[in-house]
Amino acid sequence: MALAREESSPLFAGTVAGTLRLILYLALAMVLMVLDHRNGWIWRLRYATSVLVEPVYRLASLPASGMRTLSVAFSDRKMLTEQNQRLREDLLLANAKLNRMAAVAEQNERLKQLLDTQHSLDLNVQLARVIDVDLGVYSHRLLVNLGSHDGVKTGQVVIDAHGVIGQVVQVMPRTSLVMLVTDPDHAIPVVIERTGLRTVAYGTREGDLLSLPNISMAADVHPGDKLLTSGLGGRFPPGFPVGEIQTVEPAASGLFLEGRARPAADLDRSDNVLLLHDLAEPVGPPEPAVPAGPPADFAPAPVPASSAALPTRPGAAPATTPAASTTPATQP
Amino acid sequence: MSKPRVSLLWFVGTLVFAVLSMLIPLPAPLQPFKPYWPALFLLYWSLESGDRVTLGLAFVVGLCADLLDGVLLGEQAMRLCAMVFIVLRFRSRLRFFPMWQQTLAVLALLLNDRVLLLIVRTFAGDALPPATWWISPFVGAALWPFLFLLMDDLRMRLRIQ
Repeated sequence: MALAREESSPLFAGTVAGTLRLILYLALAMVLMVLDHRNGWIWRLRYATSVLVEPVYRLASLPASGMRTLSVAFSDRKMLTEQNQRLREDLLLANAKLNRMAAVAEQNERLKQLLDTQHSLDLNVQLARVIDVDLGVYSHRLLVNLGSHDGVKTGQVVIDAHGVIGQVVQVMPRTSLVMLVTDPDHAIPVVIERTGLRTVAYGTREGDLLSLPNISMAADVHPGDKLLTSGLGGRFPPGFPVGEIQTVEPAASGLFLEGRARPAADLDRSDNVLLLHDLAEPVGPPEPAVPAGPPADFAPAPVPASSAALPTRPGAAPATTPAASTTPATQP
Repeated sequence: MSKPRVSLLWFVGTLVFAVLSMLIPLPAPLQPFKPYWPALFLLYWSLESGDRVTLGLAFVVGLCADLLDGVLLGEQAMRLCAMVFIVLRFRSRLRFFPMWQQTLAVLALLLNDRVLLLIVRTFAGDALPPATWWISPFVGAALWPFLFLLMDDLRMRLRIQ
């Protein structure tokens, strides 16, 4: 039998058919690659085959999660005690900060009402776990365990405790793919916290830094400046930390300053991330704009006119007329 | 279960295992040392049972790996096809090489594979990879003798073709 096989593949097998077959397969592969590169077909295919693909991901992530479980199981008591102590301190500190934040948020709410703005500070988020799968070394992507069945949509913003991680680019039924802010194809509109300067932060090819290539020469930007999302473009809500400027130097063109920033989020360490949902759109027509001005409490009581209109009961007039004049403004 | 079926199951099982181990994440410092498992297993099978491994099989395995890896559809299919073609052509000679020569041949094949990948990535517009990117073929070649002996031993024990 071995001899028979030897004959089918002689020592210097140079059959034309074999070469032709190779050329055919190589051509097929190239056509696939070009089509995929142009159209991004692979993700449509992956969506269709996700029933098969997703269990494989779960299976591949088993060793990593097993290792993590083992490391927890075998970590020694001293380390755990220390960690516990540290966590307790952190919790105390965080609680103290939270209390202060609550006060500040309340104050902020009052100030905003004073300014008659309609925004709220509420966040509508969903906790997602990062699935540990190696998706190629140079793709700045994450796989998380929520998909279209959990209401995830393409374009949702992903954050962690420290800042913006990225946005959802592909959604499968039970998993979705997140593009990190450091991906070379990613750009995020930012504002520099200290000066309010608006610019755009791009991902870089070489990895874990953000690049701000077009800061004007005269701009006041220093290393250590914090970057926040500006909210322009409507994709990212304003006010989330994005990163911190590390270096600022003239760009190669000499027309702009180029900044480098370190992302604020723990891009390579996050186990759990938050998917930000858009806040529900208010139903119905928008409320009519309330004319700006000092709050009603400070308005002078319109006593003389109403008392003139209702001469029969002068005592009740000041109580009823202010209510009548404010209701059209608050109720649409 | 009949003998051919067991051997077929074993064959498919090792290939699935190879694709799975490609997906398993390693700690970041170890990442560049990860060998290209599907290529190693396909090499083994094309040397040991060349009538089962064809270009078509290499293409299908590559497509599955692409689908799971989420890179470019057809990239690994092309690389594995090219590799299997070379091995099948020189199979009769490679099989009777002493182990160190075979290892060198595997190293050459894996390096060739990396060059192919580099060409594809360059055409796709990616940046040049760092120097650590070239470690993986050497790790693969260093693992080759052990993989080969282990697989041969298992095959002998299970008495399958």
